[in-house]
Amino acid sequence: MRSPHPALSEIREDSRPVDDAEIREDSRPVDDAEIREDPRPVDDAEIREDPRPVDDAEIRENSRPVIDESAFEVERYELSAPPSYRFAFERRDFLRVLGAMGGGLIVCAYATPAGAQESGRGAQRGAAPRELSAWLHIDEAGRVTAYTGKTEIGQNIRTSLAQAVADELRVPLESVTMVMADTDLVPFDAGTFGSQSTPRMAPQLARAAAAARVMLIERAAQQWQADPKTLSVQGGKVVDGAKRSLAFGDLTKGQKLAGAVAAEQPVMAAADWSLRGTAPRKVNGQAFVTGRNLFTPDIVRPGMLIGRVLRPEGYEGTLLTVDDSRARAMTGVTVVRDGEFLGLVAPNERVARSATAAMRVEWRPPADHPSSSTIYEHLKKTEQPGRGNAPTATGDVAAARGRAARTFDATFNIPYIAHVPLEPRAAVAEWTDGKLTVWCGTQRPFGVRTELAEAFHVPEDRVRVIVPDTGSAYGGKHSGEHAIEAARLAKAAGKPVKLVWTRSEEFSFGYMRPAGVIEIKAAVDGAGKLIAWEFDNWNSGASAIRTPYQVPNQRIQFHASDSPLRQGSYRGLAATANHYAREMHMDSIARALGVDAVEFRLNHLEDARMRAVLTAAAKEIGWPRAAAPGRGVGIACGTEKGSYVATAAEVAKTPDGFTVERLIVVFECGAIVNRDGLHNQVEGAVVQGIGGALFEAIDFANGRLNNGTMELYRVPRFKDIPKIDVVLLDRKDLPSAGAGETPIVCVAPAIGAAARALGAVRSELPVRLS
Amino acid sequence: MPKYALRINGSTHEVEGEPGDSLLSVLRYELNLTGTKYGCGEGHCGACTVLVDGQTARSCTTRLAAVAGKPIATIESLANGDRLHPVQQAFLEAEAFQCGYCTPGMVMATVGLLKTHPNPTADDIAKVMDRNVCRCGTYPRIVRAVQLAAERVRATSQAGGRR
Repeated sequence: MRSPHPALSEIREDSRPVDDAEIREDSRPVDDAEIREDPRPVDDAEIREDPRPVDDAEIRENSRPVIDESAFEVERYELSAPPSYRFAFERRDFLRVLGAMGGGLIVCAYATPAGAQESGRGAQRGAAPRELSAWLHIDEAGRVTAYTGKTEIGQNIRTSLAQAVADELRVPLESVTMVMADTDLVPFDAGTFGSQSTPRMAPQLARAAAAARVMLIERAAQQWQADPKTLSVQGGKVVDGAKRSLAFGDLTKGQKLAGAVAAEQPVMAAADWSLRGTAPRKVNGQAFVTGRNLFTPDIVRPGMLIGRVLRPEGYEGTLLTVDDSRARAMTGVTVVRDGEFLGLVAPNERVARSATAAMRVEWRPPADHPSSSTIYEHLKKTEQPGRGNAPTATGDVAAARGRAARTFDATFNIPYIAHVPLEPRAAVAEWTDGKLTVWCGTQRPFGVRTELAEAFHVPEDRVRVIVPDTGSAYGGKHSGEHAIEAARLAKAAGKPVKLVWTRSEEFSFGYMRPAGVIEIKAAVDGAGKLIAWEFDNWNSGASAIRTPYQVPNQRIQFHASDSPLRQGSYRGLAATANHYAREMHMDSIARALGVDAVEFRLNHLEDARMRAVLTAAAKEIGWPRAAAPGRGVGIACGTEKGSYVATAAEVAKTPDGFTVERLIVVFECGAIVNRDGLHNQVEGAVVQGIGGALFEAIDFANGRLNNGTMELYRVPRFKDIPKIDVVLLDRKDLPSAGAGETPIVCVAPAIGAAARALGAVRSELPVRLS
Repeated sequence: MPKYALRINGSTHEVEGEPGDSLLSVLRYELNLTGTKYGCGEGHCGACTVLVDGQTARSCTTRLAAVAGKPIATIESLANGDRLHPVQQAFLEAEAFQCGYCTPGMVMATVGLLKTHPNPTADDIAKVMDRNVCRCGTYPRIVRAVQLAAERVRATSQAGGRR
């Protein structure tokens, strides 16, 4: 028994860090199934004679959008085959959806769990009937609503997706409403992770909006007996030059217009963007500065009770005895025990607190559990053959090593670190006539719906998950244990229940970024060129494990190990660990060879985008800098999830180590959608990276955290922030990649390389002089 | 259970509670003033910042008995309908947030800071607000927002008006 109750142990399996490389074999290009349909069936009550059904099977063969699968963070063991058949929708299906929205115009698409986006744990198990969902609705007054399963967790996607929709329809930003992450209302989506919202969801909504634009123009052309090619949209109207115009509301009033999104639906070229590429402020920003935004912990339902879960002192404790007599004696308290699950509900928070304190519960802590001092040894010792990856190999590393002029070997240790989202896990659950509704913070609303359906043995269509804009996640909220717990308590109580995890629960029972061990063996020839590169990673994960540098002989491998703590996704996943080890080692080799660290990298880099960010960062910091006494400058570069980053750091010696004085971050993610939002994300990722680089590390023994409080686990604060210069390279000619993760990956190696000017640096993160 | 008269945002609320109950729990669960957030319960993240007697306080570690009768201001007191307080306006304009969960606490901490430091330097801000955490890492923007707010507040007070 690894965790307080069975649902958690199940989740643990699923939230291993995973990696693109490992799943490449069996993952079909799971692409926008939603958008493959034929655009034709603009089909409705008074419809014309051409009700061509949407034939998806036919189209699937030849319209596979080219997608870089390596960009996905797919959860391991979670992929399975798509359904064998997908049948066409009929006119009435569209009408049913539209009818529920009160007429107007809708743009629909299949919501097919199997084909839609990345994965979703068991997404197509359980009840997953074919489903038709609307992506976009224009009501009879001309108001635009767009629907997406993406969640707003601070990355500002509510704003940037609204920009895409408004831009394609040429309406003001404020006339678009985004309905997000409500499983009853939005098309299936596997989750908000892997930096996929901008590269995939924004174009998808843009196509839906473009399809609506075409429908509106056709409608106006009919009315005017005009050639649609001569018409355009502008300011919420279809216009015929300066001659005449019709507002969207005039065109949708009293209508039932429905269409599907074509796979090849043309959207505007980046050069024609008017709203995308600008920097509007967060669309609902006012709700946050006034405190009016209702995060999950702020939600109140009629008759709602307050829940608490009883947990062991640390991870992997086993429940031995329970004496709940004093708690039960309190008015209105119900104690719920179901297997290893132990919780209670109370009429209010004060009683919930007292009742929790009154519970007498004995747990057995795990024995001989690894600790933070033995973890690295443990990870190597418990390698689990068959669960990691086969090595990626080219050339012959042994032969190359045999003829090398010099070899360079190193080991890097990466500790567990915590996400510490300021909003802890929280859920409000309510059962009504056998249907369960849960409000909770999560990055995977549909995944959590599946977890709930499985936990309570109900079909998925009896479960609704609603994710309010959430107090951040950083990869830490993929699972739904808090939702399951609240729902279990609500079921027992027969009333809505709110459960808010304490900070201590969040530290101890949320999951961590995996700890890892990375070993590198490199060899160079007499000319200073890398000829062999061996890279082994135990447990951190395989994201960005491959080297971007040109090396003819390579062997690269991720090895799975037993993790003594619950671990899972994190911003950038293992890309941070792998970049740390790789870039620190590149820096070591350059130093040993007496070659400039930038030049050494450029000698091995062909990728023009990588070269561009690296040279830009070098230029910004004035590379090569003569080292002033007591100061050091370092640089690192990398790529992940389709974007590129180079970070330069300047550090200064202090009596007890060093401080970071300045960071320069050059970032390129293709065409920029929202420059200010992007700047905010990049800066935020860099600040978060400072934590992992300088202080964050989970200290644990026997499943218990020794620093699981906000006081003891140090996250970056105002005083820790150096001068940060963010340089954004805008490549209008390239598709937009996601940006929430990659800017974090080079912070630690840039700081580590800079610190080397002051003395030897330990091999374990956080960066410390040894 | 004892009763306490709490003076919150200009109104007096009679609440029943134990003397050791946290002000945060009372605000959130008894009075449904949910703008003040729970972040850590240890007084180390600042999400629960309010003003008591005009000074910033961590409501999660402030005992009910200690604040009875004292004026308490929460984030809900700042805006006047849709008219934002200059500090709120500055946070909005500087887009000094991402997820926004720390924002009410940051705004209240700023209001408190400006009372003692009407013209704060970046160092003053870092020193005084170091116990307010923004896990999304928008600190540089918050510093800008605080300085922008300071300018606005100084301008209004020089003009002799209230905010």
